[in-house]
Amino acid sequence: MTTATTTTGDRPAPADGEPVLEVRDLSVTFTTEGGTVSAVDGVDLTLGRGEIVGVVGESGCGKSVTAMSLAGLLPRSAEVTGSVELLGRQLRGAPPAQLRAVRGNEIAYIFQEPMSSLNPVLTVGRQVSEVLQVHERMSRARARERAVELLRLVGIPSPERRVRQYPHELSGGMRQRVMIAMAVACDPTVLVADEPTTALDVTVQAGILDVLRGLRDRLGTSILVITHDLGVIADVADRVVVMYAGRVVERAGVEELFVHPRHHYAAGLLSASPTPGRYAAADDRLQEIPGLVPTLAEQPDACTFADRCPAATDRCRSAAPPLAELDPGSGHEVACWHPRGSTPTTDHPAGEEDA
Amino acid sequence: MSTDTATDAGAADPGAPVLELEDLVMHFGPVRAVDGVSLSIAPGRVTALVGESGSGKSTVGRCVVRLLSPTSGTVRLGGTDVTGLGRRAMRPHRREVSIVFQDPAGSLDPRMLVGDVVAEPLRLQGRGGGRAERERRVAEQLERVGLDRSVAQRYPHELSGGQRQRVSLARALVSEPRLLVADEPTSALDVSVQASVLNLLADLQRDIGFACLFITHDLSAVEYLADDIAVLYLGQVVETGTREEVFARPRHPYTQALLAAAPVADPVRQRERTRVLLGDDLPSAIDPPSGCRFHTRCPLAVDRCATEEPVLRTVGGGGSVACHLVDDDGSGPDVRDATPGATPDATTDPDHDDRPGSPA
Amino acid sequence: MSVDPVLSEAPARPDGPDHASGSAAGPRRRVVRRLLHNPLAVASGLVLVVAVLVGVLAPVLAPYTAEATDFGATLAPPGTPGHLLGTDDLGRDVLSRILLGMRASLLVAVLAVVTAIGVGVPLGLVAGYFRAVDGVISRLTDLMLAFPFLILAVGLAAVRGASLGNAAIAIGIAQVPGIIRVVRSDTLRLKSLDFVAAAVVDGASDLWVLLRHVLPNATSVVLVQATVAVPAAILGEAVLSFLGLGIQPPAPSLGTMLAAAQPFAARAPWNAVMPGLAIMLLALSFNVFGDSLRDALDPRGSRR
Repeated sequence: MTTATTTTGDRPAPADGEPVLEVRDLSVTFTTEGGTVSAVDGVDLTLGRGEIVGVVGESGCGKSVTAMSLAGLLPRSAEVTGSVELLGRQLRGAPPAQLRAVRGNEIAYIFQEPMSSLNPVLTVGRQVSEVLQVHERMSRARARERAVELLRLVGIPSPERRVRQYPHELSGGMRQRVMIAMAVACDPTVLVADEPTTALDVTVQAGILDVLRGLRDRLGTSILVITHDLGVIADVADRVVVMYAGRVVERAGVEELFVHPRHHYAAGLLSASPTPGRYAAADDRLQEIPGLVPTLAEQPDACTFADRCPAATDRCRSAAPPLAELDPGSGHEVACWHPRGSTPTTDHPAGEEDA
Repeated sequence: MSTDTATDAGAADPGAPVLELEDLVMHFGPVRAVDGVSLSIAPGRVTALVGESGSGKSTVGRCVVRLLSPTSGTVRLGGTDVTGLGRRAMRPHRREVSIVFQDPAGSLDPRMLVGDVVAEPLRLQGRGGGRAERERRVAEQLERVGLDRSVAQRYPHELSGGQRQRVSLARALVSEPRLLVADEPTSALDVSVQASVLNLLADLQRDIGFACLFITHDLSAVEYLADDIAVLYLGQVVETGTREEVFARPRHPYTQALLAAAPVADPVRQRERTRVLLGDDLPSAIDPPSGCRFHTRCPLAVDRCATEEPVLRTVGGGGSVACHLVDDDGSGPDVRDATPGATPDATTDPDHDDRPGSPA
Repeated sequence: MSVDPVLSEAPARPDGPDHASGSAAGPRRRVVRRLLHNPLAVASGLVLVVAVLVGVLAPVLAPYTAEATDFGATLAPPGTPGHLLGTDDLGRDVLSRILLGMRASLLVAVLAVVTAIGVGVPLGLVAGYFRAVDGVISRLTDLMLAFPFLILAVGLAAVRGASLGNAAIAIGIAQVPGIIRVVRSDTLRLKSLDFVAAAVVDGASDLWVLLRHVLPNATSVVLVQATVAVPAAILGEAVLSFLGLGIQPPAPSLGTMLAAAQPFAARAPWNAVMPGLAIMLLALSFNVFGDSLRDALDPRGSRR
């Protein structure tokens, strides 16, 4: 389950790709009145400096829980095991005070719904500058100046005027930009964006994604984008991590993944959404993935996608496939006994049984 | 390209449009949610009503099914003007039209068994005969939407989001309406589930031949499902046309911007595309901009756009568009050519003067 | 092998952990299960079941009748042979009077709450559903809330005489505004939901919507409000009877017992303490059970 190596160095990351965030064998279990639920199981994740990594999956795949667990944002009913290292410092199990200091300074979050994260009775300028006053101990006047700069950085027009406005006076896209401005106020090493554009219209989404890309280009921020939207991944991510039922099932560079998805779940997701030029006809149906993401009390030693997989065999139901590179050095890892499009030359354990 | 099976639906005037909206206006106090929408759907056609949040698209849908009484204008169902009809007088026309909502959690009564949910329209319309006959039809409907008939004995909360949306479809279609209003039916669902609901909707539409007003913001779903498209901006239709026309040759700058903004699940193509950034602020529907309502965000706007309101007119090559810049033969500028990666601060849009991440 | 085949059909849930509670048949089962997991709910529920049983069976259980006097043992302390909880100034058995008094108190409380529900639920539904009458009903509710309960009870007793029935009516009327408020707000919430819209589109009348969709979904808030109203009614009965506006002596009620015990409170405190404890236990159990019920009905699950 726990796989060996990361492949950050192999990816063509725009910066040098030195890892800033390393997650090892992360597992999260929730205890609820209905018993325990395993939400995340043995996830490995590496984020290089200046890299944008997309984590994609459907509801219940554990992508948000993974993101929240990084800086200890999960409720106490969650039991987290494994290792989360930010710049070589262990975050998992760190005392709350230390985590609070890390959040905002070194790791910052933005969420789907900006309205509920902003205080409705304070101007946006005040809210941005308060972050600076608290974390950076700036003077009030200096923080205010910096707030204007930050709002400009995230593409808010006439920021001198906007700092005096209240959240309800802004559109959804502008509010999300304010959230980003607050998140990057202390120049965090890592920005975790959990469904940053899901609540926004497409014409607004493009602008937000541009802001994220701009932060990476200008400030060298490493960004983890959590999303269900493959369009978002295609737009901003350098590398993609596909999650299913709490496990990483595939990991690859973005172009490689979209062209050659090897896991059947990843391939199913890709062909489930309508693509330009397609029109419903008797012989042209969108690919469905039958069944549902399971809720697991414990992680079985089996492929959790087997029940929905067109290529599943007995082997899939009796042993969990490890996440491993198909072609050594390719950086394209998949957790599948029968990956799609395997060629006879591959030395992957699944090579003999091509799907 | 459209299905032509609907003409056997047994209506009085099979050729008449299933739905006609004429200058529909719906104001909520000062908010001008819908401001003069005209639209017509022929039997068996799927017309997509596309727009962003705040465009008034759902309000149009609610006026069509008469959940709202329009401020002015007319709604005709199967040729009959139902605009002024009271609740009782409306009842005979109810079976003409059904609606499916976005939220699969809220659209089924949590206290009712699925079977009772699906049977409710039959009971309300005094049809479906006795109980046994109703149960038979419910089972038939459930199987038609791909559910087991035993689902009738379950409660909505026991079903997944996709299954609930299938139940909603079964309920909406049990009374054999000639028009289905589908208000963002897949937006709350996961990608793989969306696919199955879109497939189902397409299959049912092809088999049964009902007309459909498909309200959505999802352009990929529109391209997959719709025959005709109407693009709504701030309560007004800015462009109509067949699916092929609109996707191949969008005329209105807003339509062009929408198409340019819709993400493509292909990293190479997605990154090569010209970005058209409109700025984030949809103007207020309380005090919409003068002239063309889109002029405040339009990268191509000229002086005339701010003063003179363009009318929706038929142009050469089919379809209609409301834009001063489009000629009568349908030719006009394209925002996707006009701003090839350029900063739009030279235009009327002051927003992105400091646009991070400009393509290198 | 633990990919649970049942769970592969699990209900839709957001990307979060808190929806793992399996879904047995019907929402009611889930509520019952949650209640059984809460020790406070179980304890208070047991007390209530026993109290109701005692109330019903009081004439059988009580060792004496309420009026039977034993002048040989007036103001006997608890533990006196034959009088477990002692006697009052007329030598009446305190235990018997508490059992029978509890029956009367519960009867008044239930009658009051039934009255309140019977009046409040329809008004709340109408106020929430029809905007035209909402203003009138809501102002009326405010008026009733501002009107002192005791003056109402005194007035009613003056006009119709002091009796168990009139006490119940006075207490019930005092509780109508609370019922109206919760039903009205729940109706406002429910009528905006899509399943109501779907029914309207299919030709449902207002009455159909109210009776088939709104009322069944509002039952849980009514239930919760009722469990809050019952202890208030028990206290209300005690107050009225203490003041002589409710149940008339020598018929026992927890309130009349308190009133009768007053002159001897120093000499025979058990005369006041015992019915007082009974009132407290009843009211507390109803309150605790009502709180647990509200939590169990909360669809967002248990907070801890």
